[in-house]
Amino acid sequence: MNKLEKLTYFPGCTLKDTASDFEISGMAVMEALGYVLEELERWNCCGTVFSLTDDDLMHQIGPVRDLIRAQEAGSEEIITLCSMCYATLKRSSLFVNGNQERLDKINAFMNKEIDYEGKVSVHHLLEVLRDRIGWEKVEERVTNPLEGLSVAPFYGCTLLRPQEIAIDDPDAPTVLQDLTQALWATPIDYAYSVECCGAYQVVDHRDVVIERTHRIMSAARRAGADVIVTSCPLCHFNLSDTQKELVRTIPDYEEMPIIYFTQLMALGFGVEAGKIPASLKAKVKRLQTVKGEG
Amino acid sequence: MISEKQEKEMIRIHVMGKTYEVPAGLTIMDAMEYAGYRFTRGAGCRSGFCGACSTVYRYEGDYRLQFALACQETAADGMYLVQLPFTPAPRAKYDIEKINLKENVLLQYYPEIARCVSCNTCTKACPQDIEVMDYIQAALRGDIAKTAELSFDCIQCGLCSMRCPADIKHYHMAQMARRIYGRYMSPVPQHLENRLQEIADGAFDAELDKLVNMSREELEEAYAARVSEEASAGSERSE
Repeated sequence: MNKLEKLTYFPGCTLKDTASDFEISGMAVMEALGYVLEELERWNCCGTVFSLTDDDLMHQIGPVRDLIRAQEAGSEEIITLCSMCYATLKRSSLFVNGNQERLDKINAFMNKEIDYEGKVSVHHLLEVLRDRIGWEKVEERVTNPLEGLSVAPFYGCTLLRPQEIAIDDPDAPTVLQDLTQALWATPIDYAYSVECCGAYQVVDHRDVVIERTHRIMSAARRAGADVIVTSCPLCHFNLSDTQKELVRTIPDYEEMPIIYFTQLMALGFGVEAGKIPASLKAKVKRLQTVKGEG
Repeated sequence: MISEKQEKEMIRIHVMGKTYEVPAGLTIMDAMEYAGYRFTRGAGCRSGFCGACSTVYRYEGDYRLQFALACQETAADGMYLVQLPFTPAPRAKYDIEKINLKENVLLQYYPEIARCVSCNTCTKACPQDIEVMDYIQAALRGDIAKTAELSFDCIQCGLCSMRCPADIKHYHMAQMARRIYGRYMSPVPQHLENRLQEIADGAFDAELDKLVNMSREELEEAYAARVSEEASAGSERSE
């Protein structure tokens, strides 16, 4: 076996806790593609949400400290799977990289760390797949083509907004559709793939998230989706948790499986995918049996 | 006794705004006592283990606040000193036998750890040089083993919690992590299990009975003739 190429990996808190399936499947598919996600030895919470206060650098300390950890590890980049970590770290890197005044101020405050030089860039795993590995390589690695599986991509906000950190066209992204096609599945076109799920409104205004989830899920179902694919643990939580509420309150509501894009890849690659909803597992198995007989 | 040479070498310290001359070379605690202060709180083992004498100080002309244990740090010329008698920090109540490890239990009992902004002020305040912020971050993502490992040297002095802008009670949370680790996660030492079983089976009963039934003279004779563990094991440890 060839030596695996290393990627400096920032997991984020949620992937170590409630979204462990995202990490398990992410590690497995990258290994299958010849890469190893090498976790930073030390890291802290990215901050989860980027601070919009321009003149209060205190809120940049958390994310910048993670950039320092990458610098300490001798890396000039950080790869994330979680799209919220991506957005926070990316925006922080753009905020301080090349801005000497801000760098000086932050470095002076963090007097127990090495100075951050402002050279670490932040990338999402989907960018690595698209720009470095390429869809052809991904397709080559497929052992269980997901032919017949209809996939609704759900981008959410943080991969695409604001524009300066968008990994794709903010209004008409295709990266999740392209990935879906590389796995031989069918991407579904529906109106809400770049919609906000309601995010933290789930804490104080649960009704907002319930209403949005219903709208998103109904549209995906009408378009013929079998599964929703996302890269955001908060979208994943909101959509799956709220669906349980919809099942309770709406007669005949059928729950739709929601998985991370790395889990979809793991299904196609036939590697460890973490927990996959039983209905989706059955569906994939059925598809492959049909193909086997055909 | 302070020798004549040492007596000549005096330094100035400022205790709560008042200036005193004290001999050089004393610990902060001894220097304050020399100046006439008597500690009824904020002092304990005087050996750097109990964590009772956490102290803050500043040097003349330095903007930074410094942190130490008063029984360990040597007083230096121009120090501004004060002793902290107590850290007000509530501690969560829990039954260690009824902990649900599946949930992020540390976050449940100490939800304020989610307020951490990674400013690292706690780490800078720690007189034990513990990576305090790193263990808060480990706790935040549910890594109890790492929290226990990183906080192992904590002596519960409370300086981290006094300084934290997010009002986290680091040292109490970490103690809970170490207790959970000890109760549920650390491997059981087999030699201890074996010895406990031997005791339960009465392997040492006869020997104990023999001691209990000895007269005072016999006991004294046996004690004088004892072979110490140190000599028999050839250990380098000295009393």
